[in-house]
Amino acid sequence: MTRQPLRTTTVFGLLTIFLVVLMLVAATIGPYRIPPLTVLKALGERLAGGGGNGAVETVLFNIRLPRIVAAVLVGAALAAAGAAFQSLFRNPLVSPDILGVSTGAGLGAVVGILLGMPVMVIQLFGFGGGLAIVLMVMALSRMLRSSGDILVLVLAGIVVGALAGAGISLVKVLADPYDQLPAITFWLLGSLAGVKGGDVMATLPAVAVGVAPLLLLRWRIGVLSLGDDEARALGVEVARLRAVVIAGATLATASVVAISGVIGWVGLMVPHMARMMVGPRFDRQLPAAILIGAAFMIVVDTLARTAAAIEVPLGVLTAIIGGPMFVWLLARSRRIVAP
Amino acid sequence: MTVLAARQLAIGYGDKTVASGLSLACAAGTVTCLIGPNGVGKTTLFKTLLGLLPPLGGNVTVGDAALATLSRQDIARRIAYVPQAHTTEFAYTVIDLVVMGRTAYLGAFGGPRPIDYDKAMAALGTLGIADLAAREITRISGGQRQLAFIARALAQESRIVFMDEPTASLDLGNRVRVLRTVRALAQEGLAIVLSTHEPEHAFEIADHVAVLGHGNRFVTGAVKAVLTAEALSGLYGVPLNVERTPSGRYVVGPA
Repeated sequence: MTRQPLRTTTVFGLLTIFLVVLMLVAATIGPYRIPPLTVLKALGERLAGGGGNGAVETVLFNIRLPRIVAAVLVGAALAAAGAAFQSLFRNPLVSPDILGVSTGAGLGAVVGILLGMPVMVIQLFGFGGGLAIVLMVMALSRMLRSSGDILVLVLAGIVVGALAGAGISLVKVLADPYDQLPAITFWLLGSLAGVKGGDVMATLPAVAVGVAPLLLLRWRIGVLSLGDDEARALGVEVARLRAVVIAGATLATASVVAISGVIGWVGLMVPHMARMMVGPRFDRQLPAAILIGAAFMIVVDTLARTAAAIEVPLGVLTAIIGGPMFVWLLARSRRIVAP
Repeated sequence: MTVLAARQLAIGYGDKTVASGLSLACAAGTVTCLIGPNGVGKTTLFKTLLGLLPPLGGNVTVGDAALATLSRQDIARRIAYVPQAHTTEFAYTVIDLVVMGRTAYLGAFGGPRPIDYDKAMAALGTLGIADLAAREITRISGGQRQLAFIARALAQESRIVFMDEPTASLDLGNRVRVLRTVRALAQEGLAIVLSTHEPEHAFEIADHVAVLGHGNRFVTGAVKAVLTAEALSGLYGVPLNVERTPSGRYVVGPA
């Protein structure tokens, strides 16, 4: 009588295949077109330890693949963090951006950029900023004696996020207007244009360390969505688990913000899409959200680099796609939110 | 056999004591009703007995162990908590909600195993709602939802079950159904503690009552001995009558 079997497993299988195909397709698209078979051949040769160093390899391995892998990391991390925050706060409408975590991580990272730090240090700054913001939001909503109140939580996120936004503006004023300011501005809109293989390598472990505990503890995180008292009565050490979830989700968010800038909507929308596919149970929703998030970011980033003559900022694209899609999701699935 | 005992318990939040000197014993196979007007600390007492709030004084023992020394997991294996039936923010199916009752038996990184689903289904079967397993809890009636939460407590396999106003906001049919279920579970050997705003329910199903009143008054004992017209009038601050109908029922109403 396990209802797990076919449906969920099939969905995960299909999503995984879809993701791999998308990665390959994305690798063929660009100003320099590479036929799918050539991509596969180059990949095979590189994996076998050989392969040439022609134009195809240069474009594929130095430019396109790092960017595709970065998109996978960004989408997976933001979706996982969004799903985790939604379960933790028992609220399907929170996300790293609404809670101010993204902006906080953005502020930390911008300071890192201003100081000319390497990616690893920028990530650390981002993590500090994101964590500070989420703790401030929680303290604020607790101070107002309504930690369970959705409205207060979201308003606290907006207030603290606005503070972090002001901090970012201040950094912009201080930045060198010819060199740092354009970099910061463009980066804040979200972009993977400048991503290099080294950045991906620096981000991968941080995302893994952030997402792994969420995946391992996914059953208990789901129980947490029943509320503190119930979860504790069911045997969950709530305070400890909550700390792990906040640290993991914040680390995942902050580490991708450090390479991609602030990208909204993904953390809010993708968990909803996952819930529609595999149901509200967090232990199924989280892996689905990770796969969908990665696929979604590949599509968005491929659009960003090919749709127009200039690079379209990712934050602009996710908002254009995400806003209407979210309204549609809400209209279609009122049952996701209890009546 | 006493399975849960509170001795000289002081309850409250932080340094604010709500009530003190509370002693209470619950035996296997019995129903204890907790009665009291709003705001006297029924919920606080509940949470303290469940180990969700630390006692400000005194102690609680479960079996032969002190509650304070048990981990959350150990407590969950001994005491189950049935909250007032609510809808969750997420539309879980009934079986998914019930199988969460197995959490205390799963490893830190584990999810439910086939045996956990079997136990969850058995619990639903016991309550006669196995056919609801695949329904969403947001789309079943309040009474069915309450039964689903009780099923979760059964799946938890703890011998003590706390129920927070299990009949609140239920229609008459569901109220009768839930009360009958509670009585049947006690007959199976569970110790049940439930809070209610209906003294009549205590007459109907309880072996003992614990009455918490304003001004730190706390009385426990057999239902008929404790719930007299005089005591109830004093408790709720309005003149009340307790009448026995020819069929043997007790009715509480304005005097």
